[in-house]
Amino acid sequence: MNELSSFWSAWVTILTLGSIFGSYWLLASVRKGQKNNTDTNATTGHVYDGIEEYDNPLPKWWYWKYVILVIFALGYLALYPGLGNFKGLLGWTQVKEYERAMEKAEAEFGPMFAQFANTPIEELAQNDQAMRIGQRLFSNNCAVCHGSAATGSYGFPNLTDNDWLYGGEAEAIKTTIMNGRVAAMPAWGVTLGEKGVYQVSQYVLSLSDRAEDMEAVESGKALYNTNCVACHGQEAKGNHLFGAPNLTDNIWLYGGSQEQIMQTVRNGRNGKMPAWNEILGEDKVHIVSSYVYSLSNQ
Amino acid sequence: MRHEIIEKNMGLMIVLILVAISFGAMVEIIPLFFQQKTTTPVANLKPLTALELEGRDIYIREGCVGCHSQMIRPFRSETERYGPYSVAGESVYEHPFLWGSKRTGPDLARVGQRYSDEWHRAHMYNPRDVVPESNMPSFPWLFEAKIDGNDTANKMIALRNVGVPYTDEAITTAKDDVRGKREIDALVAYLQQLGTVIKR
Repeated sequence: MNELSSFWSAWVTILTLGSIFGSYWLLASVRKGQKNNTDTNATTGHVYDGIEEYDNPLPKWWYWKYVILVIFALGYLALYPGLGNFKGLLGWTQVKEYERAMEKAEAEFGPMFAQFANTPIEELAQNDQAMRIGQRLFSNNCAVCHGSAATGSYGFPNLTDNDWLYGGEAEAIKTTIMNGRVAAMPAWGVTLGEKGVYQVSQYVLSLSDRAEDMEAVESGKALYNTNCVACHGQEAKGNHLFGAPNLTDNIWLYGGSQEQIMQTVRNGRNGKMPAWNEILGEDKVHIVSSYVYSLSNQ
Repeated sequence: MRHEIIEKNMGLMIVLILVAISFGAMVEIIPLFFQQKTTTPVANLKPLTALELEGRDIYIREGCVGCHSQMIRPFRSETERYGPYSVAGESVYEHPFLWGSKRTGPDLARVGQRYSDEWHRAHMYNPRDVVPESNMPSFPWLFEAKIDGNDTANKMIALRNVGVPYTDEAITTAKDDVRGKREIDALVAYLQQLGTVIKR
């Protein structure tokens, strides 16, 4: 599949060698035709606006540089791939070079990650070296969403506050990172109507003692108990199984103002944590999990 | 040597210069047109959907290629960061290529599915909201502008003429597929499929 057909292989070979020998021929024929071997005051005979041109030989250093480059080019083409399908005497390929670099790195760095693979996450979170590695892995891969201090931002959870959507136990954190998570808060705008959305939002605000419209809180509670309770629970403490947030702790992923809560209820939310197993591999995920665990469990 | 013949005949000199400088292209470029490796799509490569195709045109229009390459070279430092190196067969349906050569921002060849749609939207609206040190421009107008889809089918027909296997069905439904969608949604759809045909 990588091969050129024999026609194109011959095409490349002939043109490449032809160019090299052709340029050498040009050099040799210029030398042969020159009248003097040393600098003289002879001119080529051209006169243009009174300017004459000396007819001196090519400088020696330039001539030999050219010859050396021709020899270098031929040597290079003998050792490395360049002439059509000829592989070169060294057998070098870009892919082999890459694989060698990967093997070398694996031999050097692989054990560094692997040495922690069997240490439980809780224990690893106390290990300074592992945490330094974990912090770098976090910066390179996770900080894009969760922030370099892991404090999150609008729509991306804070990982330092010990408030968890899918559970803060060591294994739960690792599962989240390995496989990713997809949250599915449905949109309630159509079912509840704008008034219902307002009432539910007042009830949700009341859970963190911020409601202002007590009448709406009462109706909102009834709506909550028929529609929201399945995921967020009777006491609105959330459910790690669905990633349903605790609504009572005044920690908000999508903002906790009246308008923002209404927005969330009306249109739903679909937070998505990507899966990192394929990108990082389990050994590194294990270390990052410990790092994330350490942020809330010092 | 009879330099004078060449030096005093401009037409001849131009022709000879063209011959001299064409050798590089003849050796480096022309054989690629006939090499299977560069003309055979990788397994499971599909043409972009109508929405992704519109997203790609927005990517071109906004000049993303000026700061983002889509070409992961086979070096460890690149594959560690971005994912498996790019191969020629992934780009068979690309017209024009968006490989780029400038990395003010990161390479995007395998950015697909790496972040959530929500992240991309937040990031396009104002990159500083999610990456405080970012110097990427904001693209808030993408959230307002709608795609009318009037040209989508013609774009697909043009691409089919140069070998992208769009079906008649895809072309017929193209306009309805994209009409009224926000530009940001097309761009995110395009970004989310980048490089996903090759798994780690």
